[in-house]
Amino acid sequence: MSGVNVPVRRGGSGQRRRRRGGEQPMVPDAEFTSYYGRPVIKEPVWRVPDVPGYFFLGGLAGASSVLAAGAQLSGYRKLARVAKAGALGAISLSTVALVHDLGRPARFANMLRVFKPSSPMSVGSWLLAGYGPLAGAAAVSEATGVLPRAGLAATLAAGLLGPGVATYTAALICDTAVPAWHEGYREMPYVFAGSAASAAGGLGLLATHPDDAEPARNLAVLGAAVELIAKRQLLARLARSSGQSLAEPYEAGTTGAILRLAEFLTAGALAGAVLGRHSRAVSALSGASLVAASALTRFGIFEAGMASARDPRYTIVPQRDRIAR
Amino acid sequence: MSSDPAAWAGHLDHPPRMGFFTDTSVCIGCKACEVACKEWNAVPEDGLSLSGMSYDNTVGLGASTWRHVAFIEQPEQPAGPGDGVRWLMASDVCKHCTESACLDVCPTGALFRTEFGTVVVQDDVCNGCGYCVPACPFGVIARREQDGQAHKCTLCYDRLGAGQEPACAKACPTKSIQFGPLDELRERARLRVQDLHAAGQDDARLYLDDPDDGIGGGGAFFLLLDEPEVYGLPPDPVVTTRDLPDMWRHVAIAAAGLAATAVALGLGRRRR
Repeated sequence: MSGVNVPVRRGGSGQRRRRRGGEQPMVPDAEFTSYYGRPVIKEPVWRVPDVPGYFFLGGLAGASSVLAAGAQLSGYRKLARVAKAGALGAISLSTVALVHDLGRPARFANMLRVFKPSSPMSVGSWLLAGYGPLAGAAAVSEATGVLPRAGLAATLAAGLLGPGVATYTAALICDTAVPAWHEGYREMPYVFAGSAASAAGGLGLLATHPDDAEPARNLAVLGAAVELIAKRQLLARLARSSGQSLAEPYEAGTTGAILRLAEFLTAGALAGAVLGRHSRAVSALSGASLVAASALTRFGIFEAGMASARDPRYTIVPQRDRIAR
Repeated sequence: MSSDPAAWAGHLDHPPRMGFFTDTSVCIGCKACEVACKEWNAVPEDGLSLSGMSYDNTVGLGASTWRHVAFIEQPEQPAGPGDGVRWLMASDVCKHCTESACLDVCPTGALFRTEFGTVVVQDDVCNGCGYCVPACPFGVIARREQDGQAHKCTLCYDRLGAGQEPACAKACPTKSIQFGPLDELRERARLRVQDLHAAGQDDARLYLDDPDDGIGGGGAFFLLLDEPEVYGLPPDPVVTTRDLPDMWRHVAIAAAGLAATAVALGLGRRRR
């Protein structure tokens, strides 16, 4: 046989090597071997917008219930009403997205066939099964005035389960072999909690007069600050990953642009929410930006994981490096 | 052996753990295993196209490919009398991990541990959530377009129950695919590596034979002649759920922080 081809590719395609500002990488690319450049792990079959949309809406719902409980206790009735309606709307839409993403939607009830702490999706299904009706009861009681005491109890209980709904999705994506998700498991829950809080606070700012929105503003500011810091720490850890930066998928191409836009919107809205707290227009704009930024963050994180699953470099090089150490 | 996944799963009086030892040094790339698997398990056709990857047009394991023969052409070193090519051929399969990520994360219980220590999907339970797909560190299990459900090698659970060996092992003409009690296979594999080393094949090594590795050892393990990644296998796979307790800890802290925020907001100045 003549013309022997060597099918095993060494090194990557090089297009991901582009850095912001065009600076030259200081460390040469780690050489690695793969089987015809094929991915080692399977890319998640979860679809866009279903699943990142679910992460965003679940966060919005869960943190809105936190806001509703806080607003109700401190006497911000208009804000509590908005937050309860937001929680019910978001959790309803997110459940639709979740069921729609199943390969066999008619079998969605099988999610409650067993309870498995080893499966974040099982834990999440039970959380949703408990939280959803509570969020619904809270919103319906608020809107109709029926059974106010039961409504208060439902509001408080939803406020208790809401944080679980908003954050378990971080464990859901990190508990996979997807390198850019798994290796970020120590920071991801705080990113998700912060993103959820800023979205819920943002919705409150958007839908109520600034004079009635103080708890929403506090939640939004706290959430946005936590999100910005946790996301920086996430990327810093992933950049230190042995042999191969796992921050790359979060920084390259469209995904990088989406996440930078989200960060810009969050930081701008943070300033707007604080400085423009007496202006209805500035508060509403800040609120809308926070909601949008939260959605963009979830889509960006989702896409970064998908990209890291598709390229064998992100699976092989850190493992190879682990063996060498 | 301390690792007894069938017992962990509650099978009290169970048969010995059964598995595959795939000795790639005698694989001739005939793909009889691929065909026998498809035939016996009635796995549907999943594409008839040319990949350009040597003789490998199967490309990889998937929902409708439960055995996959990899073909690697390498320059022979040192150059021999032949055509200067070293052929590596290897039949890949589900590893039936001792610590199995797909099984851990399955929210419906569709994936279960059999009395033979293998991991099998129940077709009538799986709702196609797809969680097992990115959980697998080997990219084995996948969701089939036609029925929306996850599928993978069952280690011929039906044949094992009838005292038969799996279809691929039965069809393999060179005994590259060996089936049997895992303890016996591990012993046999160690002797085989010794023989190969004695014969000058220094690059022979076992993969996933170690109960102390990141997946607790494979129920299916391999003798390879090059690094695992050359065959498309991860060099140091670790089951993702080993970190899950730590993940839950961080989720709990984040959720508690959010709940504490509700209390803090509630303590604010009452209005109206």
